[in-house]
Amino acid sequence: MSAEHVQAAAEALAERLQGEVSEDNGQVVVRLPKARLLDAARLLRDAFGFQVAEDITAVDYWQRREPRFDVVYHFFSYDHAALLRLRVAVDDGEAMPSITAVFPGADWYEREVYDMFGIPFDGHPDLRRILMPYDWEGHPLRKDYPLGYEEPQFTFNFDEIQAKKVQGRR
Amino acid sequence: MFEPMEVSAEELQHLVSDRALKGETVLLNMGPQHPSTHGVLRLLVELDGEQVVNVVPDIGFLHTGIEKNMEAKRYWQAEVMTDRMDYLNPVGNNLAYCLAVEQLTGLDVPPRAQAIRVILAELQRISSHLVWLGTHLLDLGATSLFLYTFREREIILDIFELVSGARMMTTYIRPGGLWRDVPPEFDAAVRAFLDLFPRRLRQYEALVTKNPIYKDRTQGVGVLSKEDAMRWGVTGPMLRASGVAYDTRKARPYSGYEQYEFDIPVEHSGDVYARYLVRIEEMRQSLRIIRQALDNLPDGPVRSDNRKYMPPPREEIGVSMESLIHHFKFWTEGFSPPKGSAYAAVESPRGTLAVFIESDGSPRPYRVHVRTPSFANLQALPLMAKGGMVADLVATVGSVDIVLGDVDR
Repeated sequence: MSAEHVQAAAEALAERLQGEVSEDNGQVVVRLPKARLLDAARLLRDAFGFQVAEDITAVDYWQRREPRFDVVYHFFSYDHAALLRLRVAVDDGEAMPSITAVFPGADWYEREVYDMFGIPFDGHPDLRRILMPYDWEGHPLRKDYPLGYEEPQFTFNFDEIQAKKVQGRR
Repeated sequence: MFEPMEVSAEELQHLVSDRALKGETVLLNMGPQHPSTHGVLRLLVELDGEQVVNVVPDIGFLHTGIEKNMEAKRYWQAEVMTDRMDYLNPVGNNLAYCLAVEQLTGLDVPPRAQAIRVILAELQRISSHLVWLGTHLLDLGATSLFLYTFREREIILDIFELVSGARMMTTYIRPGGLWRDVPPEFDAAVRAFLDLFPRRLRQYEALVTKNPIYKDRTQGVGVLSKEDAMRWGVTGPMLRASGVAYDTRKARPYSGYEQYEFDIPVEHSGDVYARYLVRIEEMRQSLRIIRQALDNLPDGPVRSDNRKYMPPPREEIGVSMESLIHHFKFWTEGFSPPKGSAYAAVESPRGTLAVFIESDGSPRPYRVHVRTPSFANLQALPLMAKGGMVADLVATVGSVDIVLGDVDR
């Protein structure tokens, strides 16, 4: 992996787009303000040859930190075998800018983050739930969402268990 | 009894073309119980006669909340769940997870354990490609090859049973090394497979590679351009069949892959046939890697001796009070990596499989995310299927080599 290339990209982000560069277990991490994300994506693609948003996910710091979420992006360049991690903080109820216009492969990843954490993405072409059923209530990977269980329903106790369920959630 | 929530047509009409709203094209549901979708995948297909206008994949039927469950488990418990994601590649999943945990904890893996990891990961790649080859040909109507590929896959599963006691969900690779050393019969069993398999591979090729029916059905079908493949995050054999010579084992070596000589098979046509050629050649290269690793298998321990993150050896427990206490504390409390996050990528049979772990310094991972290759590969399906025939859709879906457990997690 070409460490110099990653370092150069991180320094450019720090210089032009108010990024904070740090290192986490040998991986260069850049923390960016939310408003700069789209510019950063374009800069990484056009000037530094990062062809793909390899992975997009989020981390919920509920009751630990404000703003509540970090959206974590991993960008990868095939030419340079370089991996760069971006972290963008976003609070509950705020929308993230979608990077699908720059990296089309981010499409399903952003939908997954929306589904699992309830972070909407502005400018996403098709923002629907992707893994959970379309009428599901709540966002399972939030830390305040309990890791619950479901009682198996049989014919003899179907109505009894159904009555205990939260309306609208199957 | 419950009533399902209504969803209005307006909410979903952006998924189909305007012609569908006028009734000029037909909307067809393929799946979730269609045999050629390899699991529970639903495709909403818009058809103009026999021509595919658009495909909308609908996933999530196999979503089991593995990421959420892992957050509630200790590091060594959470590993068991990784086997269940991509059930054709449990060794690779274990490896990615263990590499991420090792990155967090700074554990170093002894060379013998690394070489055995490589051997098993490559055997797993062959067995996964064999399942793909059999089922893909089955989709296209060639039923006989399925029986042959599963016969050879059985030999590999027997080797897994020999080393770990389980045929599929092995959990044999552990953070810091392996569960235990391989038995003495391992070497002979793998060598027997290495001697047998090239012959069998030639037999498959004799049946398929120049088969005019197979060529007719796959050449020029499901074409994915190089640029699209890169932009949409497609990885693995699909990316290589579109002309990108990228392999995680070469570009970001892990587990000692830099010591072995092997080639990256690349094709340039980007169609279903090219993906077939790439996967066949990958099996050959895997054999090469296995032979090199087996010939140079170093002696020595198979687990790290860093006692902060590893349990004490069995022999010590009977004679040392401290080891007994440590053993008890380790298996009840677990170990706590320092704060931070790690991201480890491996080359799974389907592409780049990466595990992202965030640790808050407690014995349970704060967040685990798995970047699965099938998820991104399936995302590019509409690009490949648009404009083709509905019968070619079956060939195209088969060539993606999706594992729905890998997509939905």
